Amino acid sequence: MVFGSFTPEAFAFGFFTILTLGGAYGVAMNTNLVRGAVWLIVSLFGVAGFLALLSAGFLAAVQVLVYIGAIGILFTFAVMLTRSMTNVNQRFNQQWWISLLVSALLFILLIVGVIIPVWGNQSPADMSPTIANTTDLGVALVTGGGFVLPFEVASLLLTAAIIGAILIAREDEE
Amino acid sequence: MESRSTPNQFLRLGITLVILAVIGGGLIALLNGITGQACLNNLSSCLTNNGWNPGIAGFVPILLGVLGVATFPLLVTILLIWVERKFAARIQDRIGPNRVGPFGLIQPLADVLKLLTKEDITPTGADKPIYNLAPPFMVASVLLIWAVVPFTPYHYGVDLEIGAIYFVAVASIATLAVIMGGWASNNKYALLGAFRTVALLVSYEIPLAMALLVPVLLAGSMSMVGIVEAQGAMWFMFMAPIATLLFFISSQAEVGRAPFDLIEAESELIAGFNIEYSGMKFAMFFAGEFMHVFTNGVLMAILFTGGWWGPFAYEAPLLGFFYLMIKSSFWYFISLWVRNSLPRFRVDQVMNLNWKILVPISILNLIMMALMLRIALGFEQSAGIVVTDFFSALPRTGFLLIGNVVVLVVVWLWLGRQGRQQRQLEEMNRFSVTATGD
Repeated sequence: MVFGSFTPEAFAFGFFTILTLGGAYGVAMNTNLVRGAVWLIVSLFGVAGFLALLSAGFLAAVQVLVYIGAIGILFTFAVMLTRSMTNVNQRFNQQWWISLLVSALLFILLIVGVIIPVWGNQSPADMSPTIANTTDLGVALVTGGGFVLPFEVASLLLTAAIIGAILIAREDEE
Repeated sequence: MESRSTPNQFLRLGITLVILAVIGGGLIALLNGITGQACLNNLSSCLTNNGWNPGIAGFVPILLGVLGVATFPLLVTILLIWVERKFAARIQDRIGPNRVGPFGLIQPLADVLKLLTKEDITPTGADKPIYNLAPPFMVASVLLIWAVVPFTPYHYGVDLEIGAIYFVAVASIATLAVIMGGWASNNKYALLGAFRTVALLVSYEIPLAMALLVPVLLAGSMSMVGIVEAQGAMWFMFMAPIATLLFFISSQAEVGRAPFDLIEAESELIAGFNIEYSGMKFAMFFAGEFMHVFTNGVLMAILFTGGWWGPFAYEAPLLGFFYLMIKSSFWYFISLWVRNSLPRFRVDQVMNLNWKILVPISILNLIMMALMLRIALGFEQSAGIVVTDFFSALPRTGFLLIGNVVVLVVVWLWLGRQGRQQRQLEEMNRFSVTATGD
């Protein structure tokens, strides 16, 4: 990204960055759980925008479908059941320093591992001349040389998770 | 007025229809003549030739297109409100709106005026930002679908490679709108309505997506433009009738209309999630719903009945648009018919219908379609058939229809056995009750 020239892509990138980071800030700082969930959806939408900018349209649509359409709504749904909990103002446990430590560590890790190697005025890496489309993704997921094994393992894992969820939620039959 | 269908009325209706047809035909002919001119065919190059900045000249047609695509469904909705009320009235043996304008055609405008002048109420304890955001989200989720609708062979908002999945993704935003409205209203009925919505909409998205995958499979493309173009030889409705039916049923449920109108069951929840809304905010929810019904008709037309395909659609694009609207109206009318004739399901019935019947059928149907398509492709390759017209598409259609029949027979036998078992169980219970209790 060249910041000297103000391209539409740069504008869109800035917009989605504001959405993602602002949404994340809203999630962290809001005491109202439903509003927090809505901010989370805003943040996830920003990520979908990044994916669309990277010409990964399929992933962007899946991001909206899965994270906003399913996970965001389930969050809101679960939170709605607890109206009495939606305005929690006090801290109800003393474990804040653990999360502080973990997030600080993660932040340092990301800075060292991702940001520092690409920081500075580097010439942008050459982009691959072929743009992979959804067909390529689908083919890669089902060919033996591609990712068929991880794909199947993931689906097996999800099936197991669904069955587990049903078992836990199921009422004991007399 | 005792009888509601006097010969005089029929005559009047007939004359009106003829006049409308003449005006419509004339408009199509006129516009086709105009589109021959360069400025309407290629606006941006025309503007550049007239000395505009190329950047702005490229932007203007896009802006006009976005405005057109976004405004069209809203305008159609105004008419649809009238159509819907009139149609419901006829089914219920009433006349319907007939006071404002000819046949009551101006009634929706009067309704809009009424809604605009109503007091805008925000309940105490409502979560204001979320409460106000919900109605626009509802409308937006439907309007966004129109971005990928191919109106004619040459006119569409955008040809997304992932059109089908885009549709499912933006349609799921409607659930979010309902949930936000229901929660932020600070009302128990609204909250209950929102709960039901999540259960209903999230569940029916599964058979909807599964049925949607069948045309994607048959066309070999997720783009809406590609799906329509693949139906030149044969409509997918004839290749995959079960998928058509599944998509229709689940899209009816997605709108939350009878028989799936538990979301706003008037007798139980008063109005459901939108109970606290008034004025234009309430109207936005309803405009969203009306628009969604017609949008579903458009999607049915695109996915299963060939979209803009028809005689001379390539030569006269507006004719293609006309075909699309005719087909959409057909599905729209069936949707209204179902809505006005079936009673409401109970919550448990809705869930049973989805999880125990529609989801298994849709999975079975998808697997069967994939298998039969593979067999059909193999057969076509060995027989040297290239699908170009109606007759060359017949073998493929035959194979797929066999697959459909197999699925149908399996489902028939399975449902029959289940029904018999349930009946036996009930009879046994009744028997035991009469034997032991007195």
